[in-house]
Amino acid sequence: MSEELTGADVAAVFHRYAKTVAELKDLLTELDTAVGDGDHGTNLDRGMRAAVEALDAGTPGTPGAVFNLVGRRLVSTVGGASGALYGTAFLRAAGAAGDATGLDASRMAAVLRQATDGIAARGKCAAGDKTMYDVWSAATEAVESAAAGGTGLAAALSAGAVAAAETVRRMVPWQARRGRASYLGERSVGHRDPGAVSSQALFECLAAQAAA
Amino acid sequence: MKRLYNRPDAVVDEAVEGLALVHPDLLRLSPDPMYVTRADAPVRGRVALVSGGGSGHEPMHVGFVGPGMLSAACPGAVFTSPTADQVEAAARAVDGGAGVLLIVKNYSGDVMNFEMAAELLAADGIATETVLVADDVAVEDSTYTSGRRGVGATVLVEKICGAAAERGADLAAVAELGRKVAARSRSLGLALSAGTVPATGRPGFVLADDEIEFGVGIHGEPGRERRPMEPADALTDRALAAVLDDFAADELTGDVLLFVNGLGSATPMECAIVARRAVRTLGERGLRVARSLVGQYMTSLDMLGVSLTVLRLDDDLARLWDDPVETVALRWGR
Repeated sequence: MSEELTGADVAAVFHRYAKTVAELKDLLTELDTAVGDGDHGTNLDRGMRAAVEALDAGTPGTPGAVFNLVGRRLVSTVGGASGALYGTAFLRAAGAAGDATGLDASRMAAVLRQATDGIAARGKCAAGDKTMYDVWSAATEAVESAAAGGTGLAAALSAGAVAAAETVRRMVPWQARRGRASYLGERSVGHRDPGAVSSQALFECLAAQAAA
Repeated sequence: MKRLYNRPDAVVDEAVEGLALVHPDLLRLSPDPMYVTRADAPVRGRVALVSGGGSGHEPMHVGFVGPGMLSAACPGAVFTSPTADQVEAAARAVDGGAGVLLIVKNYSGDVMNFEMAAELLAADGIATETVLVADDVAVEDSTYTSGRRGVGATVLVEKICGAAAERGADLAAVAELGRKVAARSRSLGLALSAGTVPATGRPGFVLADDEIEFGVGIHGEPGRERRPMEPADALTDRALAAVLDDFAADELTGDVLLFVNGLGSATPMECAIVARRAVRTLGERGLRVARSLVGQYMTSLDMLGVSLTVLRLDDDLARLWDDPVETVALRWGR
């Protein structure tokens, strides 16, 4: 268990995430074929492979530097909504992390808040639109309230992962109001949102790293 | 699936490289980040036009790069918008000092990446304007969706804005013109069978032999409804009715441009059969087809289907449509 994530730890989170995305690739593609254009798994996998390659090429600096590098790689390799949204999230996270050498629970909460607000601004989405924002928003709120209550980092991120998973399940009967799934209207009801699922996986990787 | 591919993940790179190799007089390819500019870019003192979008819609957009149309095109992965740094690099390469018009089809990914590029360009003092194309009447335009999809009108916006830029119009005027073309255009597509994305090798959706997808999107998105298959004339009339019903009643008069677009697997014969009926039906509704474009210009891989676009012309738009253009896919007057 760690009460602080260093730059090397954040890099390890992204290694975990790249591996998870590769494993989830077919599932994400299948979910996206049902409500979108079927490219979410392929695109995110391409981006995370490029991000990890860039991380491996240098020595990990601060958490902020790692977020910045990953954000930049995603923006330049993924395209589509997922590249812009994940890229913006990590670039905002980098800004919030600043020069800090470690992220404790309250700093992590601040970093996630900036990332979540970045997704809302870029995607012009709000709570209840049935997008990845719903997952980021719920998970960030859980981390914030745990941090405010004096909980350590590992427990706070674990609460975030639980909230993310619950939200993905809660969203299934909703009707999408943003993104390509919104074109389906009522036909988007009953589907798991692919961006929500890939976001849940990220929060689970964060929690797993802090628990390690 | 038998296809003339080498590797599924190389189709975009290889196709764009192929076009650049056979048209060295017209196109210049920059591989990383990937974009294609007209060979004589940047053109000093002229507004530059940059568009782009997911690949799989060829000849759009690379096929529309050249004098009188686009200054640069940014091809994304198949059905995926280009990245912000592709757009930014392309805009930098073609800016001739008069600013850059970004022509964007209304899809979340395209909108976000072009918006990020515009922010990066603004930070460096390069002026941009954006024209958002959202002409697909199959999709309800409401605050509860991402708005209408951009389809056939994109080709018309690129041609007409390209002509105005070539004549020396300034950035604000070219942008205003683009918005005018977009606002006066409506489209609807229908599919008899889906396209097959190279990476998955499977069709995007499956229709029964006697079924069509009415209002299909260019990425195989579902449309308004699945309907029984009908003869070409009946399908043409049904699509035109949806397009015309979306205009106000007092707009349905005068000259129009009719764009019959094959979605990948429609034969030239099929496009001509649809065009035949469309010209007659529009005539019966009191609209004269003064200009037309018929063929495969904005495809959806190998989708079997067509889209119909109607643009309400005025003298200014007709004149700009007739102006010379020299691109791989559209070429006249030079």
